Amino acid sequence: MEGDTWVLVEHWRGRVTETTFETLALGRELADSLGGRLVAVLLGHQCASLAAQLAAADGVLCGEHDALAEPSPESYAEALHQLSSARSPAAVLIPLTNVTLGIGTLLGARLGLPAVNFCKDLRVSGGNLEATCTIYGGKMEAVVAIRRQPAVLGIWPGVRPVDKGRLTGAPPVENVPVTLPQPQARFRRYLEPEAGDIDISQVECLVAVGRGIQDKQNLAVAEELAASLGGAVCGSRPVIDQGWLPLSRQVGKSGANVKARLYIAAGISGAPEHVEGIRQAGTIVAVNTDPHAPIFSFAHYGIVADAIEFLPAFTEAVRKRKQGA
Amino acid sequence: MHFLVVFRMVPDVVEELEVAPGGKSLETEYLRMIASESDDHALEEALLLKERHGGSVTVVAADAPELDDALFSALAKGADRVVKITGAEFGLSTSRMAGIVAATIRHTPGLLPADLILTGTQAIDDLDGLIAPLLGFHLGLPSLGIVTSVECQPACGAAVVTREFPDGVRGQFEIPLPAVLGVQAAEKPPRYVPVAKVRAAMKSGRIEEVPAPEPAVAPSLEIVRMSKPVPLSHAEMLEGDPEMAAAELCKMLAGRGLL
Repeated sequence: MEGDTWVLVEHWRGRVTETTFETLALGRELADSLGGRLVAVLLGHQCASLAAQLAAADGVLCGEHDALAEPSPESYAEALHQLSSARSPAAVLIPLTNVTLGIGTLLGARLGLPAVNFCKDLRVSGGNLEATCTIYGGKMEAVVAIRRQPAVLGIWPGVRPVDKGRLTGAPPVENVPVTLPQPQARFRRYLEPEAGDIDISQVECLVAVGRGIQDKQNLAVAEELAASLGGAVCGSRPVIDQGWLPLSRQVGKSGANVKARLYIAAGISGAPEHVEGIRQAGTIVAVNTDPHAPIFSFAHYGIVADAIEFLPAFTEAVRKRKQGA
Repeated sequence: MHFLVVFRMVPDVVEELEVAPGGKSLETEYLRMIASESDDHALEEALLLKERHGGSVTVVAADAPELDDALFSALAKGADRVVKITGAEFGLSTSRMAGIVAATIRHTPGLLPADLILTGTQAIDDLDGLIAPLLGFHLGLPSLGIVTSVECQPACGAAVVTREFPDGVRGQFEIPLPAVLGVQAAEKPPRYVPVAKVRAAMKSGRIEEVPAPEPAVAPSLEIVRMSKPVPLSHAEMLEGDPEMAAAELCKMLAGRGLL
């Protein structure tokens, strides 16, 4: 496998996302192993000014078209298809977030190649590319060998530190024409999150509940702990989908990225989509009945217990300590 | 209107997962399979759309352990027809499954025309791609994922669809019908169906079986090995009963200036 390593630049509402920089850092390692260049592929509409943030790459390929003004998987996949067919990169790395979801699958389908989803690491072994993929909600890893190029790789957020891939400068920019029809799924407008509730991304202490809380009534034990700590309750996806907490309290992929100094994850297994939202949290405490739950590899302190039993005991201990202080 | 729901069974990750002796797949002996969570939401959204617009809901799924229970449960919830694709081998390949399901949809009488094809936006084992864009690709239909609400406008042959972006922001799109939607969450939590109703569906309902069509040779991934993740770091575990662990945690957090 030889050629350049491409990273699709994920940008949304005028900003290059952190996942892009993380992916550029991973892409740099791969490009060095393959002996090719690291190319940042910047697609969009009136987006050329973002290239200055992409100095971690050896060069920027910039394709602009009004069909790329908003994230549209079909338009982005078609543009990438045109460019990669003409230039045969070794690999195309695509951040795997709510902005870019679906692009890799469609690109793979158009190229007649399988896309590799859920990559957390890449390496070259015996001339072939191997991807380590996190599957089954973080419970297993599969190492996949890729023998045909371009390898289309969906990259989880958080694979490398943001700062390793964030360099400003003046990378060489090549403007390339792309010819696209208007996407069939037409963007109309953004719906902003409802205001009025607290902003959990700004709360210093969060008690987060997941599926392990079992029932809406059990939220009370989390509320009591949050009250004793002067914090707020938030939740992982299943709790929000059940309607037990409002959308404004969701942490992770589709919700907030939190920066709490103390984050208590109660009954949350630690699927990658949730972990994505707590990487900037300070001290993480995990409570889960499953001693092998992935959350324990992200947490600082872990307790194997039923959250419904542990939280009241902890609330009591916190109250006692505060009374004593 | 006709709503087609594509369902998949996935391992229940609440249970402990083990690697099979070959080191390349899951040990299936004790594996418990459940419907993929977002597929359940896709079914719920289809049932809500049927209630709103009239019409029918058909569920299509490739055979898998415990699929029959999921299909009878779908009938009990209000699906009109359930179709099981038998004899398909696809391992851990969503792209191969998508090829088989798309060919079945094309060739089985009464599955088309469908106004909307709804499925989960992503499954925990979508190692080589997502099923909604793949079905769209094979069937020549537009697709959109991470969908959280659907408003059909049959008179204009379109649907207004809301999908998620980061930071709690959602985006509204207009998509021509027919289309394939990857549903993240239905507008309401999936409905509960009592066991008695499922049993009744088992007695009166019928699962249609269709043999898997020969799919075109689909590209596939080569799995070198599968293993449980070895964490780079691990939490400091606090032992003892809840009271002891709680007291210890208090001490630790106070030591970090957090209490």
